Amino acid sequence: MSGHSTYEPKNGFERWLDTRLPLLRFANDTIITFPTPKNLNYWYTFGGILSLMLGMQIVTGIILAMHYVPHVDMAFNSVQRIKRDVNFGWLIQGLHANGASMFFLAVYIHMFRNLYYGSYKAPREVLWILGCVIYLLMIGTAFFGYVLPWGQMSFHGAVVITNLIGAIPIVGHAITTWLWGGFAVDDATLNRFFSLHYLLPFMIAGVVGLHIWALHVPGNNNPTGVNVTSTQDTVPFHPYYTVKDGFAISVFLILYAVFVFYLPDALGDAANYIQANPLVTPQHIVPEWYLLPFYAILRAVPNKLAGVILMFGAIATLFVLPWLDTSKVRSLRYRPTMRWYYFIFFLNCIVLGFCGAHAPDDLVIPGVSGLQLGDANINSFVWLSRIAAAYYFAYFWVITPLMGLTETPLAEPESISTPVLSHPAAMLAGAAASPEKRG
Amino acid sequence: MADTVVGANPDPHVSGENPDRRDFIHIAAGVAAVGLVGGLAWPFIDQMNPAGDTLALASIEFDLSKVVEGQQVVVKWRGKPLFVRHRTPKEIAEAIQADHADLRDPATDESRHKPGKAQYLVLIGTCTHLGCVPTFGGGDYGGWFCPCHGSVYDTSGRIRKGPAPLNLAVPEYSFLSDTKVKVG
Repeated sequence: MSGHSTYEPKNGFERWLDTRLPLLRFANDTIITFPTPKNLNYWYTFGGILSLMLGMQIVTGIILAMHYVPHVDMAFNSVQRIKRDVNFGWLIQGLHANGASMFFLAVYIHMFRNLYYGSYKAPREVLWILGCVIYLLMIGTAFFGYVLPWGQMSFHGAVVITNLIGAIPIVGHAITTWLWGGFAVDDATLNRFFSLHYLLPFMIAGVVGLHIWALHVPGNNNPTGVNVTSTQDTVPFHPYYTVKDGFAISVFLILYAVFVFYLPDALGDAANYIQANPLVTPQHIVPEWYLLPFYAILRAVPNKLAGVILMFGAIATLFVLPWLDTSKVRSLRYRPTMRWYYFIFFLNCIVLGFCGAHAPDDLVIPGVSGLQLGDANINSFVWLSRIAAAYYFAYFWVITPLMGLTETPLAEPESISTPVLSHPAAMLAGAAASPEKRG
Repeated sequence: MADTVVGANPDPHVSGENPDRRDFIHIAAGVAAVGLVGGLAWPFIDQMNPAGDTLALASIEFDLSKVVEGQQVVVKWRGKPLFVRHRTPKEIAEAIQADHADLRDPATDESRHKPGKAQYLVLIGTCTHLGCVPTFGGGDYGGWFCPCHGSVYDTSGRIRKGPAPLNLAVPEYSFLSDTKVKVG
């Protein structure tokens, strides 16, 4: 799909440039004429939304760095100054802080979309792995960024996460001291986290470039999961998907704006409005909402090292997913049994997030005393997160390989066009068979 | 063109024409490049370790007479909280009694204070689980309770319950006079 170029230089300058740096040819082939399956639905608009969010975070971040002071005595006050005194600082800081949440919201939808339509399968494994790398970099960037305002949750979150590395046998403590640059999370730590927080988004941008490159070699997957067989199955990216993405971005920006303008602190933690105090730990240490499921997995096991291994294993599992899935059918549209396991998996991730937000010993159903099972009450979040963590791993390591071998899938359509043409809506409109050939 | 072109690009692996000299240059250049990168890597990594001034600030002095019996004072030492606790006779008795209990990280109460100074406990105030600061007097054993993940320490700072693997650490310290200690 990336082979033949249809670009025709329009004037002398374009011809001159085309033989020296074929930049316009590249732009034309990737965002204008790029053949895209004609049946992509709105779940496919989140790639565009994510590109916008990355740009938004980089631009607002560079501006914030002009006013922020990475020093333990001044960091907290400098953020408050940005919010109160810097011209439009309240807006730019609000866009950046809430932008992180919106970025993760979009990436999670993008990933669940991918799981549903089997887009990680051959020949898109590299595309998927690059996406996992981007996700890991995003987690790192979000963690470093959350430390910078130097509130109570910033500080103690950093303490807890860096102490996780201390769980590694023998070298753990040396690595922790090396990360801290001292004997505790302190000024040296804040400075290097600021430096890395500035660096990582540009690394993300680089991997995004590879991600799009890896997308444009095999081309988009689509909701049916069947391969593109002819030009009948595709439409040019522009104007069909530039417009569709544009509409989706507009709707997404409305949600983003609701948070920025009306609920700027709804996704944050009140404890982060108290300046960091190394001598007092807040009553409840919780990460931001987008990391809660992994935090629940970490706390599900009583052993510190095992918890850390499981938490990182939950993300590492994603990298090998293309080789765990044995099914030849990509889209879950044609896998009626697997689809149920998928929806349970989705709910399970939300349950894990719910567990991560509660203290382990809290009761799941208030008022029911429950029984003691092993080291904890069966009605406590400890046991709920253990069950949910078990399902998380079982979904990838047991259900996905087994279902591919045992399930009888429904018949896939012969081509992308077949279900479009047989759809009731298509009959009414007089069959949208070749939209690319119209006006 | 049946003639062979001679001398344009001699194959280094064919004998003659000093193959050893060429190989030597390749290997020497490779080793120099690896050595340079390796030699630079260590300074680039080690710069993140605690700096000289950070290490120099590593010890403090503290007057124990400020701590009333039954109370604790929290001092900042090396960026971390330091617990200085003046224990009551009841708390000391409980701690000694627990010497023979089933401890996760076995240690006698005597090993956790200086000889003849059983009333003063000096401990690093970070939970050995994930580094939170345990609250004074909480938990089932009257020692400390960590609010983050529920670790419980007794009046000797030994781990009794919860996810933490080790007792609260005893820093290196010594008595300068009857009531003055130097930590670090």
